[in-house]
Amino acid sequence: MEQKTKLLEVKNLNTTFQMQKNLVKAVRGVDIHVNKGEILSVVGESGSGKSVLMKSIMGILPENAQITAEQIRFESNDIQNISKEQQRKMRGKEIAMIFQDPMTALNPLKTIGQHLCEVLIRHRGMKKAEATKEAVEALKKVGIPSPESRLKQYPHEFSGGMRQRVLIAMALCCNPKLLIADEPTTALDVTIQAQILELLQELQEKEHMSIVLITHDLGVVASLSNRIVVMYGGLVMEEGLTDEIFYHPSHPYTRALLHAIPKPVTGVKERLEPIPGMAPSLLNPPSGCPFAERCNFATKKCLEGLPEYRKYSDTQRAMCIFTDEQLDQMKEKGEGTHVKS
Amino acid sequence: MAKYILKRILTAIPMILIITIICFTLIHMAPYDAIDSMTNPKMSQETIDLIRAKYGYDQPVYIQYIRWIQGMLGGNFGYSIVTHQNIADDLVARIPNTIKLVLPAYLTAYILSIILGLVAGSHKNKWQDKLIDGLASIGIATPTFWVAMLLIYFFGYKLKVLPILGMHTIGLESSFADYMRHFIMPYIVLTLGFLPDSIRYVRSSTITQYAEDYVMVQNAFGASKKEIMFKHVCKNVLLPVITKLGMALPMLVTGAIITETIFGWPGIGPYFIKAIQSMDYPIVMAILVLSSTLVILGNLLSDILYCVTDPRIREMG
Repeated sequence: MEQKTKLLEVKNLNTTFQMQKNLVKAVRGVDIHVNKGEILSVVGESGSGKSVLMKSIMGILPENAQITAEQIRFESNDIQNISKEQQRKMRGKEIAMIFQDPMTALNPLKTIGQHLCEVLIRHRGMKKAEATKEAVEALKKVGIPSPESRLKQYPHEFSGGMRQRVLIAMALCCNPKLLIADEPTTALDVTIQAQILELLQELQEKEHMSIVLITHDLGVVASLSNRIVVMYGGLVMEEGLTDEIFYHPSHPYTRALLHAIPKPVTGVKERLEPIPGMAPSLLNPPSGCPFAERCNFATKKCLEGLPEYRKYSDTQRAMCIFTDEQLDQMKEKGEGTHVKS
Repeated sequence: MAKYILKRILTAIPMILIITIICFTLIHMAPYDAIDSMTNPKMSQETIDLIRAKYGYDQPVYIQYIRWIQGMLGGNFGYSIVTHQNIADDLVARIPNTIKLVLPAYLTAYILSIILGLVAGSHKNKWQDKLIDGLASIGIATPTFWVAMLLIYFFGYKLKVLPILGMHTIGLESSFADYMRHFIMPYIVLTLGFLPDSIRYVRSSTITQYAEDYVMVQNAFGASKKEIMFKHVCKNVLLPVITKLGMALPMLVTGAIITETIFGWPGIGPYFIKAIQSMDYPIVMAILVLSSTLVILGNLLSDILYCVTDPRIREMG
């Protein structure tokens, strides 16, 4: 397999929040990398730390957040070593981010044109007239009809899907090398979701950028992403190529997630199978595997300490004391089936 | 937009009418009659009845109301029972004095509060915020008359640098310096009175805006702190603050009643207080109607300002 160049490489990143007197450990020693030109999906439940991880890398967390990392290398520079001012200049230009809720992401008192022009003037040093022309092009690129007149409109005159397109246009107008999409479709209805994801994929191919797609919906990412990182309790549970995750899931949590995807078969009524229990509190995270409490296969050993990563291939690793074969065997014997009472 | 404003104006008219009815009814229900202030217990019943008939107080209430409102609409606010002077003339002489005091004080407080509120709000929980918010809290808890007393005690009595009463020294009516010397103390008291409330208003509005998603998004697009503050947050904070300007309209008449009375400022304040004390009902009613009309007009004005500044409301029509 060819060695791909890494665009972003993060080693041992920790993020803690100071909440009154308590420390909330949202991300606990995460290694993650993004290759050039790939779509990486970061999957996990709400509160698994996936958004916080990406915002830590962007440097846009509130002031009560503390970030430590061995390395946050973007291209050839470690982001931690450059000045705050330079970090700011990177945001929106080298790394752009779009967000979950397009309804509130735009300033209600500024026109779409002002939003776009501000970014263009800031990062590309354009003059107003030039920026306006470029803004029209940017809106065209994301499929907004009659962009000239749309520029003069305010956010409330746009639908949710259209606003997300505007944000994508804002993100793309400086040709970033990395686009982080934080649950970009969660607030949108299903048909619009598909459109936005298609748009992202299309633009990624055209612009040769890398995308990190944060989502809690494995079904959404299946067709889209090259690699998947599964997060839980502030940790990476499993990482691998999309095929590896879907066909050889090696962590009980990944398996449970895959199991929870509804499979619509005509005429067959099937219950959805949720993962029982709740995600652990990050205020006092368990010392052992965070998933142990909800895991069908958990043993005493799981509660004692964090398991080591087990490598399955160059690209796949999982944090579990069992190998995937062991898990398969246990499941066949019925040992692992959760007591559903 | 024009349609919206027209609609608001049309709803304001019946409101003003209702307010006049409420004012009139309340005064009518008050335990003392206007007649009580014109008569004394030694007078015979016939004399009292004569006086009652002379002023029209023997008529049914609705007739009294209609006559009164007719007069008001024609600019005839009636006559003071006590001094027999034309109320409209008195008001015309006194309102400018009040405005001369309230307007500069309110504008100073308004501008200062925007600056201090924005500084405090954008430095939430830092020392700047704690200082400004702490002082504002103390300011809210401090009664204006007490501040006035303190100023009078120190500058008027101890240091003897400022006059403590009135608007001019007799004989120096045309001297601006003399006016300023009289003006400075009530002006400071009023400014300090208006300030804390506004600061907290601007501060909380700023904090709310900073917590909005668009601020984080702007951050993610590389906006500097300055850009976020002046290009984004400021505009959103100022919107509700501008509308507050409209609401301040009635202040021009009734904004300084206590301060004016303490400093003997010849404005509406002492006039109103004296009228209440001597049961001079026509004056009380005239000022009540005037100030409540200004409240409604102020609301109307702030609605219009909102309409002009906020694109979301501009649309509604």
